[in-house]
Amino acid sequence: MDKFLTFTIVGLTLAAIYAIIASGLVLTYTTTGIFNFAHGAAGMLAAFTYWQFRFVWGWPTPLALVVVLLVLGPLFGVLLETVIMRGLEGTTDTVKLVVSISLLLFMIALAQLIWAPGISRPLPGFLAGNKPINLGATTITWHQAITIGVAIAVAIGLRLVLTRARIGIAMRAAVDDRSLTTLNGAKPNLVSMLAWAMGTSLAALGGILIAPGPGLEAASLSLLIVSAYAAAVFGRLRSLPLTFLGAIVIGLVEGYLAGYLPQNQYLTGMRIASPAIILFIVLLVLPNPRLRGRMTRSREYFPTPTLAGAIGFAITVVIGAVMLATTLSDPDLITYGRVFPIGIVALSLVPLVGFAGQISLCQLSFAGIGAIVMAHLGAGGDPIALVWAVLIAAAVGAVVALPALRLSGIYLALGTAAFAVILDRWLFNLPVLSVFGLFDINLFANGSVSVDAIELFGRSFDDPGTQMIISAVTFALVALLVIWIRRGRLGRRLLAMKDSEAACATLGLNLIWTKLSVFALSAGIAGLGGALYATQLTSIQPGNFELVQSLQLFAITVVGGIGAVGGALFAALSLYAFLPLLVTLWPSSVRWVGLLPGGAGIGLGRNPNGAVHDVREGFLPLLAARAVLAAMCVAVAGAYVLRLTNVIDNWAFVVLLILFPVIATIAAGLSKPRAVEAAAGNDEEIRDVPLEWRGIDRPWTKADLEQLDRYLGLKEMELHDVR
Amino acid sequence: MTSADDKASLSVQGVTVRFGGNIALDDVTLAANPGCVTGLIGPNGAGKTTLFNVITGLLAPNAGIVTMNDRDMTKLGPTRRARLGLARTFQRLELFSLLSVRENIRVAADIRKGWSRDKDNPAEAVEKIIDRIGLRDVADARVDSLPTGQCRLVELGRCLATKPQVLLLDEPASGQDETETAQFAVLLRELAAEGMAVVLVEHDVRLVMDVCHTVNVLDFGRIIAVGTPEQIQQDPAVLAAYLGSTAP
Ligand SMILES: Nc1ncnc2c1ncn2[C@@H]1O[C@H](COP(=O)(O)OP(=O)(O)O)[C@@H](O)[C@H]1O
Ligand SMILES: [Mg+2]
Repeated sequence: MDKFLTFTIVGLTLAAIYAIIASGLVLTYTTTGIFNFAHGAAGMLAAFTYWQFRFVWGWPTPLALVVVLLVLGPLFGVLLETVIMRGLEGTTDTVKLVVSISLLLFMIALAQLIWAPGISRPLPGFLAGNKPINLGATTITWHQAITIGVAIAVAIGLRLVLTRARIGIAMRAAVDDRSLTTLNGAKPNLVSMLAWAMGTSLAALGGILIAPGPGLEAASLSLLIVSAYAAAVFGRLRSLPLTFLGAIVIGLVEGYLAGYLPQNQYLTGMRIASPAIILFIVLLVLPNPRLRGRMTRSREYFPTPTLAGAIGFAITVVIGAVMLATTLSDPDLITYGRVFPIGIVALSLVPLVGFAGQISLCQLSFAGIGAIVMAHLGAGGDPIALVWAVLIAAAVGAVVALPALRLSGIYLALGTAAFAVILDRWLFNLPVLSVFGLFDINLFANGSVSVDAIELFGRSFDDPGTQMIISAVTFALVALLVIWIRRGRLGRRLLAMKDSEAACATLGLNLIWTKLSVFALSAGIAGLGGALYATQLTSIQPGNFELVQSLQLFAITVVGGIGAVGGALFAALSLYAFLPLLVTLWPSSVRWVGLLPGGAGIGLGRNPNGAVHDVREGFLPLLAARAVLAAMCVAVAGAYVLRLTNVIDNWAFVVLLILFPVIATIAAGLSKPRAVEAAAGNDEEIRDVPLEWRGIDRPWTKADLEQLDRYLGLKEMELHDVR
Repeated sequence: MTSADDKASLSVQGVTVRFGGNIALDDVTLAANPGCVTGLIGPNGAGKTTLFNVITGLLAPNAGIVTMNDRDMTKLGPTRRARLGLARTFQRLELFSLLSVRENIRVAADIRKGWSRDKDNPAEAVEKIIDRIGLRDVADARVDSLPTGQCRLVELGRCLATKPQVLLLDEPASGQDETETAQFAVLLRELAAEGMAVVLVEHDVRLVMDVCHTVNVLDFGRIIAVGTPEQIQQDPAVLAAYLGSTAP
């Protein structure tokens, strides 16, 4: 009995923390429509800051708490709202998600920059020195009692604010209809600022309360707090009472699992993953949302890739890889060789997110599955294992997608993130499983597994140079496949579905089947990337395929341009070539280099067409000027020969490789100024400002008036025909 | 298009839809016969689009049934209904904005090809439809760059590519100029003559009176009159509803 009580208290304490955090999340989501993935990271930063004030600088506890919870927390919330979130109104789900995920990555990197990881930072709970309170059958620590008390106070406080205070009522109104709030006379900006201030403060409170348990570690603390998101989903991200109920369910389940789950190596991970499992189950039983029509007029534009462009891209990639493979040293090849396998994983996002508008935050989990298959079935270098990697990853992708199909937007993101956490925290860490003694399921064998290089016709491709070329060729082929899909029936269908599921359904399209196939396709591609990644790493462990890496890849692929294969290459190059290169050139940058991916996502995630689109535009004149292009190719080839004959070293070669295209682009621009202007003129038309901004963003013309009339369905006749 | 012998007809019986406390449709009954254009008119907010949503299965009614060819479709999803021969356009245009005119129609043709046993080539079918709706000149233009009137034609073309037996048009002429509307009227009559059952929601009274065989008048979610265009124009309830809603 007392064991039961003890773990009830453990569970209720967790529930209290989840409730505090989740109610902050609901507050910001309902008032601004932005699901803040970085909510947990805000709590993490608060816990670190509190620790700094209280234990490093020796401030008294009340002062440290007041400064963190009532000054820094709200200020940070207001800062997020005004600087970042306000600009996201009217953007697509994907963009909102990328910005808040990038914020999460940025905040983790920031914490690691300020508080170097790997150092023990004990954070005792409140009144930890005092004797626990005796409840007869069991005891409760002061920290637990305070936590539960605070949660009750938060519940009562929120209820009072939302039902009594004027601004609180306005906040509830904003939940229903933002424009209505304006009509009612409240200032929506003020309302959302207040919501973000309160929400961030609640995250901070939760962060400080939870941190003494797991300890101060930036990434795991931020993601641990993700557990609280499951509670918010209970309330469909809207209802606070249901959110509290959800928190209690999740907290108690976790508490009892801690108490009663047999302590063995199979099940400990399950306890850690239990909030994610519950989240997944809750998403399964959520009522079906109505079919989506066109939501926002998105400004994204991904031109249909041309066949010539596609082949050019593929050839350039392969030539680039050959040059690298023949010039770099083995250690460098191992570092930069990751570009192409990861690039394939990034490519898997293009059909799924870019074409179909679905969201997956678990692509590296699929890659991990491909890697495991490669490790076990590819022992001895059997290339057929690659096929199995694709098929098995695709099958798992379909299974994950099945429940996810009914979901969209933020729920889909949460569902796939939950899946990634379940793999990360539990399944990937399982020891060998014996299924009824019939056969063994062996994933990472509780640590790491080694992977053999692929062997073909008796030749083992185990040197890093050959592996890089194999991966690059595979990348190029997959890129061609993706482009072929884009140009064909499936591509059109996916783009159509992204725009309007309602229209597709009323035309007779089976949405479930279409989504299932694109999920399977995408997971299969990711599995292939993972398998090649595994052969390159030679030894793989769960840490290679974590949620955080999926988040990073997702965000940076969107920054690059999720609608085109170039975006995938951009992401892989930025993360796995540019960043390591930066650290090599400038060793002290290692401290802050981690801030870059998150920073890029926050800043650039809004450009709906991606950076690659702009790069491509920049190179258009060069592609048109054939002579200059040919000269550039010759120059590059010359530099390559000089490098091979050791006349110049790697650095000079790299400088030339960057310099030549730049010079050539400038030369092309000078040689054909008229062609360039014409191209720019065309572009202007495509990219004209949306109708509602005409006259504001640019002068109003008569043509605009006509178009507006047509848009509104007015006819001259009708205008004069009013009785 | 549709062969003459498989007679299609749409029937809506006793459909009621409530949004919270508001009654958007109140016991609505309506029928559309093959070979006819059936008009559905009414002031803004009367519930016309909501009725289309119920018929196509995008919205479940609180009460009532929808049948096609005497088959009860009330429990079916939008995809199944579409495959039974139902198609619609959207008042709030639901075009595939990243695709060209040709690709928009092709998507629909490919969908039909995917589930039906039709032998014909979708690419050719698309070209025929482009000519039919008169958008040959802009076939390769992205639909986002087109004026609304032409966008509505693309939506119609998309419907035709699914070879529907029942076609629901939600304000298809708004955004069209007078010549476009006149051409559109001709096309509508042709479609009906081929055996399609067309339901037309439209504010352009002249067009409605011109092409419809029967007109239903919806006001505040209730059908207040049904009859031929001539009857409707004289109906006192209709006049009252229209004057009541348009008088300053
Ligand atoms: N999704 C919805 N939620 C709440 N009310 C709705 C919804 N859709 C339509 N309505 C209401 O139902 C009524 C009928 O709307 P609608 O069918 O669009 O009218 P019409 O097409 O005849 O102009 C209107 O009062 C409208 O505000
Ligand atoms: Mg309408």
